[in-house]
Amino acid sequence: MGTRDCGRITSHSEPGPGDGGRTGLWRVLRPVIDITLCIPVKKNKQACFTCWLYCPDAVITRTIPPVIDYEYCKGCGICAEECPVDAIRMVEEGKFFKEDG
Amino acid sequence: MHIIESGNVAAAMGVKLSKAQVIAAYPITPQTPLTEKLSEFIESGEMNAEYIPVESEHSALSVCIAAATTGARAFTATSANGLLYMHEQIHWAAGARLPLVMCVVNRGVGAPWTIWNDHQDSISQRDTGWIQLYVNDHQQIIDTVIKAFSLAEEVSIPVMVCYDGYLLSHTYMPFEVPDADKVDAFLPLFKPSYALYSGEPANLNTVTLPDARIDVHGKLAHGYMELRYLLQENLRQSVDVVSKVETKFMDMFGRGGDPFIESYMCEDADFIAVSMGSLSYQLRDVADLLRDENIKVGVAGIRLYRPFPDKVIVEHFQNAAGVVVFEKAISYGFHGPLYSDIKSALYNCKNRPFIHNYTLGLGGREIKTKELFNALKDSCTNGSSQVEKRGWIGLKI
Repeated sequence: MGTRDCGRITSHSEPGPGDGGRTGLWRVLRPVIDITLCIPVKKNKQACFTCWLYCPDAVITRTIPPVIDYEYCKGCGICAEECPVDAIRMVEEGKFFKEDG
Repeated sequence: MHIIESGNVAAAMGVKLSKAQVIAAYPITPQTPLTEKLSEFIESGEMNAEYIPVESEHSALSVCIAAATTGARAFTATSANGLLYMHEQIHWAAGARLPLVMCVVNRGVGAPWTIWNDHQDSISQRDTGWIQLYVNDHQQIIDTVIKAFSLAEEVSIPVMVCYDGYLLSHTYMPFEVPDADKVDAFLPLFKPSYALYSGEPANLNTVTLPDARIDVHGKLAHGYMELRYLLQENLRQSVDVVSKVETKFMDMFGRGGDPFIESYMCEDADFIAVSMGSLSYQLRDVADLLRDENIKVGVAGIRLYRPFPDKVIVEHFQNAAGVVVFEKAISYGFHGPLYSDIKSALYNCKNRPFIHNYTLGLGGREIKTKELFNALKDSCTNGSSQVEKRGWIGLKI
């Protein structure tokens, strides 16, 4: 098939960040990682990454420490639910109102 | 090859010659013999296609949508309530810009249950974004099916080929079967500009936000409104493509003519009787009888209903004293949809003809030539005093 310009007349999106729009705006609760509890940070090893594995929107990086892309994180809370050491808390977006501007 | 066959077989032969690759359909009278014939063609090896039996019309069109998305030439057919059961997917196929072809074998809609002919089924799908072609005889059925694929694939818009249940679907008429090699030259293998395949995964037609967005490649991608604007614009532009396809077919097969209006003695006519489908041929007899009484009547059979060829309609009707629209459908709560459309097209003319509307033939009520004659004569004789008139023919109430 090669390159094609089907985006002209039909709705088309491909796997990748942001093709559904800036979904971070939907978020009510923001996942915040406490890196003092996070396994890869504590052990300084490529270990755990349960949050990265479970995130349905692929917005958490597999890095030390893991980083959440708030531009697209919808705040579903699956990462917080799955984290084996409860390192992720869901915090109300209103709490960040001042620092986000 | 010249043969005598039913309208449904003519349609099936058109689909076979068009080398459709996927057929999915659910039986419904009076369409059933069409897809039965196609399944026979496939079973016997005469036709190389996948026949996918389904449990409903909604699924039939869904299968065709999926097939066309992967680049296959797909076909389905239905009638009446089966068409209405597809309704959601009919909109979908147009919005997804898939070049499907569907035969609608026109039948009245329940309730009450009816299996006989009128146009309420396809007319009620008018606003879905499909192209709608209406045909008058068996030759036009087979030819129009072939032309419909060419048209659909050129404009990326699905096409309905509508023909009268029983009056055309189950009657036998002689017609010419186009030569297979020539059809191959007219309609080459379908090569879509885009097809979904496993090597390049994509989401198609998923939730599209109200506003335009930047896609993964950093390009501005259309929002819902832009895509709908393009469907409307491309549909309006497809009027020219209809004309182009007709000319190409005529050059190769020597048959065809005006793809918008099949005209009978309209050149010098004071009054024009208008209809869609096989009724326009019956009206020709009425025109002959009225001309014997020195009433100059012509007949216009509308072949392209959507996109509505309003410019052609204006050119054709603006010099007549009166236009009389005979319709087998109603926009319930108002009046005939074709009548509305013609009236709207003529609005900007300086000397507008009077325009009358007759509702007739619903649920297969027999349309008697004498009744057509009386109604048309009344409109021609008393028309100017009744700028607008709406009536029923054959009503026993």
